[in-house]
Amino acid sequence: MTERTGADDKAMEFNLRLYVAGQTPKSLTAIANLKKICEENLAGRYKLEVIDLVKTPQLAAGDQIVAIPTLVRRLPPPLKRMIGDLSNSEKVIVGLDLKPVGKGAP
Amino acid sequence: MTSAGTSIHLPKTPTGIGGLDDLTLGGLPAGRPTLICGSAGCGKTLFGMTFLVNGVTKFDEAGVFMSFEERETDLAANVQSLGFDIGELVAKKKILIDYVRIERAEIEESGEYDLEGLFVRLGHAIDTIGAKRVVLDTVEALFSGLADSTILRAELRRLFGWLKDKGVTAIITAERGEGQLTRFGIEEYVSDCVVLLDNRVEEEVVTRRLRVIKYRGSAHGTNEYPFLIDDEGISVLPITSAGLGHAISDDAVPTGVKDLDAMLGIGGYFKGSSVLISGLAGTGKSTFGAAFAEAACKRGERCLYFAFEESPDQVVRNMRSVGIDLQPHLKSGYLKFEAARPSLYGFEMHLARMHRDIVQFDPAAIIVDPISAFRGPPTEIHATLVRLADICKTRGITTMFTSLSAIDEQMSESERSVSSLMDTWISLRDVEADGERNRILYLLKSRGMSHSKQVREYELSNDGIHMTQPYLGPEGVLTGAARMAQEAREREAEQELLELTEQRKRQMARKRDALERQIAEMRASLEEEESEVSKLLERQDKRKASAESDREAMARKRGGSRS
Repeated sequence: MTERTGADDKAMEFNLRLYVAGQTPKSLTAIANLKKICEENLAGRYKLEVIDLVKTPQLAAGDQIVAIPTLVRRLPPPLKRMIGDLSNSEKVIVGLDLKPVGKGAP
Repeated sequence: MTSAGTSIHLPKTPTGIGGLDDLTLGGLPAGRPTLICGSAGCGKTLFGMTFLVNGVTKFDEAGVFMSFEERETDLAANVQSLGFDIGELVAKKKILIDYVRIERAEIEESGEYDLEGLFVRLGHAIDTIGAKRVVLDTVEALFSGLADSTILRAELRRLFGWLKDKGVTAIITAERGEGQLTRFGIEEYVSDCVVLLDNRVEEEVVTRRLRVIKYRGSAHGTNEYPFLIDDEGISVLPITSAGLGHAISDDAVPTGVKDLDAMLGIGGYFKGSSVLISGLAGTGKSTFGAAFAEAACKRGERCLYFAFEESPDQVVRNMRSVGIDLQPHLKSGYLKFEAARPSLYGFEMHLARMHRDIVQFDPAAIIVDPISAFRGPPTEIHATLVRLADICKTRGITTMFTSLSAIDEQMSESERSVSSLMDTWISLRDVEADGERNRILYLLKSRGMSHSKQVREYELSNDGIHMTQPYLGPEGVLTGAARMAQEAREREAEQELLELTEQRKRQMARKRDALERQIAEMRASLEEEESEVSKLLERQDKRKASAESDREAMARKRGGSRS
């Protein structure tokens, strides 16, 4: 477990965006799953935005959103995408490479 | 939304693609998705883009193009060649292009998902510009981008239903698959209208064909129709729809050759008829064609000249040498040339192009020079020419076909195949004799009019085509020098005969004179004899009288005593 760092937004190592469409069960599951994974792995080092495309549909094209829910790792590069309700946390951690860099294994 | 055509049940959205709207009786089903499938390079994307651009420019309907394969800039550049300025339409917010990029390598999957993002994007795009038309090109790309095809299928089904609910007319393109229409079988979900595009190579020539496989709730042309993509966009040619119900005309169209007009009973060809001019090389087939063209232009009618063997400039130059100047008519726009090598396209493509040219130019006369340039299976040549003749007849265009005959056979393949189609057939022949070659012509047939059955000799002089009276004798037709020699011989013989008669006449006159003299002589001698006899009789009477008086005197002398 890493310590929560007190750095401000700009210094955040991980910039994540989760695209959902309305308050569907899938969306809610995804949000809950992601929050859990982040708190467990990236506590204090991430910034998470949840974007509801029902409210802001114009944002869908920018990040090439097709499937819902989509998690986009904007930082650190390279850009990575993950689709699904993120129920498989192991896959999310490996796929988005959420393991803390240079902090050693938990 | 425009509903057109003969179908009253189903509202239709015209595509603006020439021919397609005819064969679908009005266009694609309005407010429903249409599947367009075909293998690579068939023109699916162009088809979709044409649908949108026509929607904006012809029917004032905005459109969304959702591309899964090409970027906006590539798309714009690709359709630029068709004369579409996508950039401008995009700037005017009439067309919206959304490029959906799905890269499998960039996407991880974890858990359940749906394609709501796509719906949101599409819905947003439609609402932004108020689109009535949507193109999804090629939605199947999703299958290579996303792993879970079960979800995809369910979502696609939902998508097409959603498009219907939105009330937009959509074109969904799909790649042709093995054994089925599309690679991923999405024809299952789009069941209202399916159009198949095909790109076939036959004898090294490519022909694009289109077929409406299914059109729920509407009649449609069921055949394969050729279509072409060139700098003027897409046009489909529903040629087989031409029937025999065309109206006909009794008017005569002058042939451009005075003497030929005289040979035809009505003083020319029937307006809207088909004329075939067949002949050997160098008999002046093109010249007859050009003469006809010139005459049409001079009357102020448009004429379209399809040249398959010569370039327009060459035709103009060559015709000038026989006193037919086409240049002014080209300039004034009454004459138009369309020159192409026959081997450049397949028959269907030629026909499609010719049809389009005819529709655009709307000529009163066309010349196809020559049909024998088409090489290929006779059935195809025949089909092509039948349809061309039908197109022209339907539109009331007088059509002149020229055909090169082979030396050894009576009819070439192309001639045989069209002979029954032709209303008037002029055969040009070569006669070689006495060290020279002469040209003769006769009317093989001319439907619906009395016409000269005579074989005529004609000359191509520097002021056009002229005919001369032929020599028709027991030895056959004589032409050229032989004709002149024969005519000279005949003149001599006639002269001789004339002189002989004169001589006989003179002899007769002499004989008559002689006889009359003889008669006169005889009559004179008869008269002499008669006068002699009458003198004798007179003398006898006198003598008788004197004898009487003598006797009386004597009696008186003697009888004085008696009294």
